[in-house]
Amino acid sequence: MASNGIRDRVAIVGMGCTPFGEHWDKSANDLLVDAAGEALTSAGVELRQVDAFWLGTLFSGQSGLTLSRPLKIEYKPVSRLENYCATGSEAFRNACYAVASGAYDVAMAIGVEKLKDSGFSGLPSTRSSGDGTQAAMTAPAMFSLLAPAYAKKYGIDEAQLKEVMTRIAWKNHRNGALNPRAQFRKEVPKETIACSPLVAGALGIFDCSGVSDGSAAAVIVRAEDAHRYTKNPLYVKALSFVAGPAAGPIDPDYDYTTFPEVVASAADAFAQAGIKDPRQELAMAEVHDCFTPTELVLMEDLGFSSRGTAWKDVLAGTFDLDGELAVNPDGGLKSFGHPIGASGLRMLFECWLQLRGEAGKRQIASVGRGRTLALTHNLGGAPGECVSFVGVVGSEPSA
Amino acid sequence: MRGIVGYGAYLPYWRLERKAIADALGVPAGAGARAVASYDEDTTSLGVEAGRAALHGAGVSPQTLYFATSAPAYLDKTNATAIHAALDLPTAAMAIDVVGSVRSAAGAMRAALDARGPALAVLSDIRTGLPGGADERDGGDGAVAFLLGDAAADARTIAEPLGAASATAEFLDRWRLPGEPASRLWEERFGEHAYVPLGEAALVEALKQAGVTAPALARLIVAGPHGRAVRRVAGAAGVKKEAIADDLLGTVGHTGAAHAGLMLAAALDGARADELIAVVALADGADVTVWRATGAGTRPITSVADQVGGGGRVSYPTFLGWRGFLTREPPRRPDPQPPEAPPARRAEAWKFAFTGSRCQACGARHLPPQRVCVKCHAVDRMTAERLADVPATIATFTVDRLAFSPSPPMVVAVLDFEGGGRFQSEMTDVDPRAVKIGDRVTMTFRRLVTAGGVHNYFWKAKPLRGGHA
Repeated sequence: MASNGIRDRVAIVGMGCTPFGEHWDKSANDLLVDAAGEALTSAGVELRQVDAFWLGTLFSGQSGLTLSRPLKIEYKPVSRLENYCATGSEAFRNACYAVASGAYDVAMAIGVEKLKDSGFSGLPSTRSSGDGTQAAMTAPAMFSLLAPAYAKKYGIDEAQLKEVMTRIAWKNHRNGALNPRAQFRKEVPKETIACSPLVAGALGIFDCSGVSDGSAAAVIVRAEDAHRYTKNPLYVKALSFVAGPAAGPIDPDYDYTTFPEVVASAADAFAQAGIKDPRQELAMAEVHDCFTPTELVLMEDLGFSSRGTAWKDVLAGTFDLDGELAVNPDGGLKSFGHPIGASGLRMLFECWLQLRGEAGKRQIASVGRGRTLALTHNLGGAPGECVSFVGVVGSEPSA
Repeated sequence: MRGIVGYGAYLPYWRLERKAIADALGVPAGAGARAVASYDEDTTSLGVEAGRAALHGAGVSPQTLYFATSAPAYLDKTNATAIHAALDLPTAAMAIDVVGSVRSAAGAMRAALDARGPALAVLSDIRTGLPGGADERDGGDGAVAFLLGDAAADARTIAEPLGAASATAEFLDRWRLPGEPASRLWEERFGEHAYVPLGEAALVEALKQAGVTAPALARLIVAGPHGRAVRRVAGAAGVKKEAIADDLLGTVGHTGAAHAGLMLAAALDGARADELIAVVALADGADVTVWRATGAGTRPITSVADQVGGGGRVSYPTFLGWRGFLTREPPRRPDPQPPEAPPARRAEAWKFAFTGSRCQACGARHLPPQRVCVKCHAVDRMTAERLADVPATIATFTVDRLAFSPSPPMVVAVLDFEGGGRFQSEMTDVDPRAVKIGDRVTMTFRRLVTAGGVHNYFWKAKPLRGGHA
């Protein structure tokens, strides 16, 4: 019994990512054609050279036909999967395993979500009503439970915590302003963020990620084949995914200041990648900032800050683009919105750019100083009942 | 002897000041306030709360349940079955509706009194009318329940019937076609003309049956939707002036099918041994019962007097929204979905009775009931445990301004129950600004939403106020 990982057995040799936003004039099919095309071009391969496909989408279609129909894929394996907000990362993880197993030479992981066609604020509901006894609270309300619990546990007053939340949103928008693919490409003053209308609990509109459409894709090959496609492949160092027992809502011992699922998947991923001190070893991290208190708690769950101190690190700028460890350098869900199936691959796309030195105005300095590892993280569900993905990629094979 | 062995009243938390109607519509609306069922209450849920109060501490469980209201939540489907389920009564107990008019309540009481075995009469109503009208102003919402049974060691009689009489006549005083939002009324003086002789005749006959005289009555209760007729019958009955019971119109309003019972409950709250109480219900005739209080038996934890003042004040526009007279813009969210029948049936004990489970291996409580223990992972070692009457403490909470609610914002709290067990619950009868971590709450049966023509009943938490709910 062990989680052995597939460190350095597969590599990413091409990626694509559409702009994220309100694509009123594009369908999910259009977005898939765009992202797949960019990824194929980036890898220098033709569609027919891809042996198998993993498509992640929660709402925008079912079955492999959702991808094979728009791309006209002829008689190849296409798996469609979902795993809540980790859907895109799950497509990537499964494609990597298929290549690592030797079953296929070339695989594509692609994610898409077309959210703006529903006309709703926030995400559509995924639950059937069943017996009608589940509180019909929205995602921001579920994640807002983190804020008072964290503040109480660590003795921070509400105003201080709001300042911390505001700084996270401000930082991510500041990064997003430098990213041509982001949905929101403007810096937002802290006063605007802090005074935005309340959505749930202490969360204002600017504490929530947006709603957008988008698609992103990666081409994966065996590591030993990678240099046939690109000079600068990204090696897959770790892939960890866990589902928790969803016990938080019924277990009085859960205190709403941590995601145990994230702690578990981070420990697994760091073991796979051989990482001892993520804050010192990673060049960057793309984390699931669906709401500002989520990013705060993630800094501790991912081991970037010790317990009860992430709020100080946030205020000190530790996770800024030019900070000790850049978190969400592309702008995060905050600037990109969260087209569910696409988000995990969008995060990976930023790793692709940053570790290859192609991030332009957002380029992280520590990459030039020899940091070669980047982390992506998704969680799906709610505090106390979620799934979590942590992946690590790197620009150098292990010695 | 057979008699009342338990009773309890439930008045909703909200009050509408009549001045608020006057201010909004520019019409005279009188003084005082009326009781208002919240947006998440209907006659079934009010009835559940009254039934819980009546059965609290009762030594016996009803074998029959009669539910009376002029405003049933469903037609062509029994509403009493939801009350039966929420009170966790055994499957073998019968539950039937006696619905459609105020007089249904007198029938439910008579049936429960005449039944064999313990019988529960649940009398519940929500009264309203078109904005600016007398029914909106003078009506009230509430419920009361009486457990009738034979005196026993563990169920001592609180009051016994000494005599009863009825008078029935067909005339058009008030009426409503099914589906209409408000009742229609004939000229007031005509109803008075028809009611008064019926009430007087039935009272005389009931006193005769009981073998008592009017001046011997410690309390005379006259209740009915026709205010002038009620006052005339009470005034001419020949009782001492101080014996005429407070009609609760200034504080609660006329609660329709519940009202005679509500006034009887108020009288029983303070009744001493051997006091005589006559109840005259004027509704499509007259139904009179003369009771003798025993001074014994189990009284409810919360009296009528405790509840008449109510809690929060509801604004007139909010009241109109709750009653369906003011449709507001919904949030840009998916429409709420109705509960599905098979899962609701499978979860009956959980959904209606708030019954969770306790692990026999380690003692951990689970809400909703689980098969695998969250703590020790033992499989199928659970026993059912009902937590409807167990208080809880707020571990954390949020105010959800985006979620669909018939009366936003939605307040959701994480509850830790006394003796173990956690559940995320919607809150009600609460000021979102006043909720605090550590506050104590109690569970209350509510109608969460009506979607797709289905009422979704479940439990919510409400603040525990002053020791009782």
